[in-house]
This record gives sequence, C-alpha cells and structure tokens, in this order.
Amino acid sequence: MASDDDIGERDRARRFRDAALPHLDDVFTLARYLMRNAADAEDAVQECYLRALRHFDSYRGPAMKPWLLAILRNVCNAEFARRAAQPVASASGADDPAPDEAEAAPWQEPQRSPEAELLRRQDGATIRRLLAELPQPFREIVVLRDINNLSYREIAEAAGVPVGTVMSRLARGRSMLRAAWNVAEGSTS
Amino acid sequence: MNCEQYRVLIHALIDGELDAGHAADVEAHVATCAGCAGELEALRAMRAAMADANLKEQAPAHLRARIEAGLTPPPRRTASWLTSRVASWRDFLGGLTLGTALSAAVAATLVVAVIHNDMTQRITDEVVSAHVRSLQAGHLTDVLTSDQHTVKPWFNGKLDLAPPVVDLTAQGFTLIGGRLDYIDGEEAASIVYRRRNHVINLFVTRHSGAEHGGATTETVHGFNVRRWTQNGLDFWAVSDINAGELDEFGQKFTTALAPPPHS
Repeated sequence: MASDDDIGERDRARRFRDAALPHLDDVFTLARYLMRNAADAEDAVQECYLRALRHFDSYRGPAMKPWLLAILRNVCNAEFARRAAQPVASASGADDPAPDEAEAAPWQEPQRSPEAELLRRQDGATIRRLLAELPQPFREIVVLRDINNLSYREIAEAAGVPVGTVMSRLARGRSMLRAAWNVAEGSTS
Repeated sequence: MNCEQYRVLIHALIDGELDAGHAADVEAHVATCAGCAGELEALRAMRAAMADANLKEQAPAHLRARIEAGLTPPPRRTASWLTSRVASWRDFLGGLTLGTALSAAVAATLVVAVIHNDMTQRITDEVVSAHVRSLQAGHLTDVLTSDQHTVKPWFNGKLDLAPPVVDLTAQGFTLIGGRLDYIDGEEAASIVYRRRNHVINLFVTRHSGAEHGGATTETVHGFNVRRWTQNGLDFWAVSDINAGELDEFGQKFTTALAPPPHS
C-alpha cells in the first residue's frame, strides 16, 4: 500500500539522518580540501548525502563516517572527471591537471599583501594553505588521517587503496607538508 | 629493515597503528638512530601544530538546512506538483476569462485556495508522521503523569504558547502525559491521551492562517486526524481509534476548554 510505503520511506530517511548527519562537519571538511572552493564543496556534500540516502539500504556498516567519506570522494572524483572531459575555454592550461587550481581557495591568502604576511604567522592559515597545495592523492590521505581522524583501515576503505598504499602516501604527504612548512616558517622568522 | 622502511613505520607508530611487537621494534631503532629520532620529533611537532590549528571545518548552517530539507521529502505533494498544478489552474482560468479584472480576482482566490489546501495537507501529513514517530521511537511522553496540573506547567519555558491541558478521564480519555514535538518546522506541544489501548496525540500549535473553519476529520495512512481551531490555537488530534470516537474526543475537549456559558 502506498501509505505504508510513505511511512516506511520517512522512517528510513529518519534513520539515515540520525546516522549520517552527525558527520556533516567531517564530510564538509574533506570536501573543502578536495574541491578547494566553498561553493563546489557544498554542492559535493549535498550530492554525497543524496547518494548516501539512495544507497542507505545497501549500507552494512560498520562505520558510517568512512562510508560517507568514500561516497564524497567518488562525488568529487566524478566532478573532476567531468571537468577534465569538458573542452577548455581558456587558451592557457589546456592540460591543467587540476582545473580548479585557477580559483584560489578561500583560505589561500593573496601572496604579497601585508595582511597575508600577518596571517602567515598563524599556523592554522599556513597549514591550510600548504595542505591545499599538496597533490590530491597525498592531500586526501593526510586529511582523512589527521583531520577526519580515520584509522588506516578506514582510510583504505574510503580511498579504495590497500593499507600499504595508505602508509606510504601518508609518509610522503606528511614529509612534503613538513618541508613546505619549514620553508614557510623560515621565510617569516 | 633499513631507515627508509622505518621512516614509513614511524608514522604508524605516532598514529597508534602498530601492534606492541612492531612498536617496540621501531622504538628500539629510533633509540639508536639520530636521523630517525629527529624525523619522529619533527613529525610529532607538526602533528601537534595541526591539532592546535583546528583544521576541521564547520558546515555552514544553510548547507545543513538544505540537506535536512532533502531528507524529509513531502511524500505525495511535491513543490513541482504544486507549481505545475497552480500553473495549470492559471492557464485554465486565464484562457477562460482573459482580460477582466473580476475574473482575475477569482483566479487569485482559487490559486490561494489551491496553495492553502496543499499547505494544510502537508501539515496533516507531518502531524501523522509525528504521531507515528512518537509510537515507534518509544518517546511518547517527556512528562509522564495523569495530572493535568503537572503537564500544563511542564510546558512553561519550553514553548511560546501555553497549551491547555484538560483532564478527560471521566469521559473515557485518560491523560498520560505531554511531549515537545515539531510540526512544520515549529515547536509544538503534544498532549497524550489514551483510550483503551489506543494512543491519541493532541498536537497544539499557534493558529496560523486567517480562515476559521469548523472541525474537520480526515483519514491519512489509516490514522484519523481531527483538526480544529480554538482560543487562537490549532489542534490536531491523531489516533487509530475510529473517526466517531476521535470526534467525541474533540468535542469533549472543546467543551471542557470553552468558558462556562453565561446564563
């Protein structure tokens, strides 16, 4: 009966909301670091939750957060693939591997203003900027581990790579981040 | 193992991902290797700086609202349904009565009526949904008491309205408590009664809308819903008892609430 379906559907949506909504900040955080643009991140998060709700019946656990982050990652990668397939309008950078590079991330301060120099001293702003500049395969692993707080096994699930790859990318990504951080610190002191 | 391999395992060590045996192995190596010890120190410092920097973002409120809205779709009447329905009415009326001010007014009235019906329907759906939820979640009452003088003050400070609580035990409807709920995005009071083994949720919200019709009863998803307006409040009684009994409940409640007649 249709009315039973309606109630079942609402109950399902409610269960999903209770399980998935507490992780919204984590999902949004990863989206910000992957898309590097607030509006794109919001679209990706919304699409992620729509897809997750659609596939909620096939969700078998154990952890909701890595599952959501895996979906978000797929949404972002699909968007990157879509953009890469589109003909590039501008003459420059036809083979730009990161089409969103042109739009500076909101936390990326303009390089030469005095305000930027002040902000540079703030570790948070610096780390955000440096993280955003890491190549994507390393950036996502570092964010998943150090900001989203996933275990290696959960990262492996979310990113669809073996645990060994997680470990090597994490080591490499953190080394790059640290090297860049040393440079940034050195230039202000 | 060589230093290159240890440099990878150092990360697993500070992330707490190594079992005791491997952790001891890495620590033993670090104790004898200045290079790896420096690496471990630097990593710890960077991790501390990252933790201090509070890098987790907060999802903006409008995004949260957008997603929540997407999770509670109105099941049968969607916005597009409403829009197209209104549009078709407009086309129909426009074609019929093109160019006269009088008919424009009539058309506007009809459009308003269509929109109003849809809103009423949506709220009725929500009320039924809230009723079902209260039974499923085992969260029927926030305050559990058959004493109306306990239930009524319990709502104080929780709502911007004072829901009337009437004891109808003598009339066969036992007061069992009260609960805060949400109807149409607004906080609402629910006063909970029992009739034999059936629960009646009486939702109370501030009266919205101008029109002041009499009590109406309809059936939604097999539940009976009786709606009326009294003392500037909207009442929605929802239950699986039959429509006649629910009507009786509504009338008894209305009578008990009405001021004694001047005679």
